[in-house]
Amino acid sequence: MNNKLKPRRPLKEKHYWEEWTGRIYTSICVVFLIVVMFSIVYFVASKGLSTFFQNGISISEFLGGKTWNPTGEPAFYGALPFITGSFITTLLAALIASPLGLCAALFMTEIVPGKGKKILQPAIELLSGIPSVVYGFIGLSVIVPLLRSIFGGTGVGIAAGCLVLAVMILPTVTSIMADALSALPKGLRESSYALGATRWQTIYRVIIPTTLPALLTGVVLGMARAFGEALAVQMVIGNAPHVPTSLLESASTLTSVITLSMGNTTMGSVHNNALWSMALVLLVMTFVFVILVRLLERRNRV
Amino acid sequence: MKAKTVDKIATSVIVVLALFIVIILLGLLGFIMYRGIGHISWNFLTSAPQLLKGGGGIGPQLFNSVFLLILTLIVTIPLGWGGGIYMAEYAKPGKITSFIRLVVEVLSSFPSIVIGLFGLLLLVNQFGLGFSLISGALALAIFNLPLMVRTTEQAFRAVPKEQKEAGLALGLSKWKIITSILLPVALPSLITGTILASGRIFGEAAALMFTAGMSSPPLDFTDWNPTSPRSPLNPFRPAETLAVHIWKVNSEGIGPDSKEVAAGASAVLVILVLAFNLSARWIGRVVFRRMTASK
Repeated sequence: MNNKLKPRRPLKEKHYWEEWTGRIYTSICVVFLIVVMFSIVYFVASKGLSTFFQNGISISEFLGGKTWNPTGEPAFYGALPFITGSFITTLLAALIASPLGLCAALFMTEIVPGKGKKILQPAIELLSGIPSVVYGFIGLSVIVPLLRSIFGGTGVGIAAGCLVLAVMILPTVTSIMADALSALPKGLRESSYALGATRWQTIYRVIIPTTLPALLTGVVLGMARAFGEALAVQMVIGNAPHVPTSLLESASTLTSVITLSMGNTTMGSVHNNALWSMALVLLVMTFVFVILVRLLERRNRV
Repeated sequence: MKAKTVDKIATSVIVVLALFIVIILLGLLGFIMYRGIGHISWNFLTSAPQLLKGGGGIGPQLFNSVFLLILTLIVTIPLGWGGGIYMAEYAKPGKITSFIRLVVEVLSSFPSIVIGLFGLLLLVNQFGLGFSLISGALALAIFNLPLMVRTTEQAFRAVPKEQKEAGLALGLSKWKIITSILLPVALPSLITGTILASGRIFGEAAALMFTAGMSSPPLDFTDWNPTSPRSPLNPFRPAETLAVHIWKVNSEGIGPDSKEVAAGASAVLVILVLAFNLSARWIGRVVFRRMTASK
């Protein structure tokens, strides 16, 4: 009753405001994302570069120096041991996880599409839900003792680190590969079978070559995750600051050094700045991985 | 003949390796439960940790994890849903949109430790928030936002076009269509995505070590005034979460039962994360049924 008596606001004006609240609100959200990304890059880069521009350590000494002794007299700031540690663990983890992930993806999409997916899909999702500290705990209480009893020594080191990482990135690799395989047009598969090819011939000669860029995207994303993973690796790798000569030797990665030392150094000291430079290396590698993924996606489209 | 033998060998290799993965998973879950479940008790879940002697629990850590999750969601839900809506409804294909997409992709690929360090520099030091729940929640929000934006965009894109066209035909404004037509339809997937993201937030540790801190002050659970320093609700106190606690106990645990505490805490964490994943699916289904009146 009352509604009728109230003068209604002109429809047009109401629309106008509604339209703009939505537009402005959602745009602010997006602008916020952009600001956050650029400020991360800006702050990490300005801190990381001050090692070279303010403290006078040369980039070649930082990237190529084999000695890390920031508290010594004279101090050495060579990050090569950690850079190699990061790269070796990441590559080995990818080498272990990629074939396993590919097999799981093939199992889900090519061999037993219906049932295989029902068994493996939840398994993979569960694996990806396990937090990284729990992986570290498992590494510390299963993989390290296992390696110790097989190969002797302490058990901690690169081998333990890359095994833990391999299990961690397995879900990422598998799910992306499975998506790639199931997105393949059915005709390709069927025409291969029609020519009398066996399943393996079809997989090996048709399916893998056509989906290769997409499969590699899975590997690259897995490596990106492995490269940036901090705590699980730190727990099992032993954290010794030298270039490793064997897989069973204790070593360090960029992330593990940052985790351990950042809290014990004062902001602004050379030691602290050198740690920020390592964070900058991590940041740069993130961009490398993103570019790699983009390149692979472009090849995939053609 | 030869091709068929190769086919059989290859098939069996693939099957064996695929089953190997399932065995790894069952082994991992079995191991965590076997080692940890015996240690879980009401006392373990509620009491404070002991640094030097045995018998410590994970009470404050568990509370911190839950509280931090709630704070993070308060920050991420409006921002993440808003960003996702922009990408799904307002963004026009072009250079700017593909640039935003790149930003989201880069942001989601940053290692969590880098986000933690950024939080240390900007939130903890520059903004003077200190090691606190607020710093931790904001860092986790950065960690979580790109994921949220992506799931929201997918949820809105999945809404049938006719729904939107019907709204336009009624002469509604775009924002009205989004909030009163598209949002209810997209809500089940939004909720599922948010809970799944919560599972990830819950287990995250590297970003929190440098923002929420690695210690927890002695809490007084009878003091619910958010401004007093010992109150559990005070957002400006340092807070060690469950995941950070597991890391700390494992790498520098000196108590006699640190191994058992780590095992018990890991089991609790895994059970909670699994509960998040299962409830996400269940709640998504229930809400979907409510919203669409379908069986």
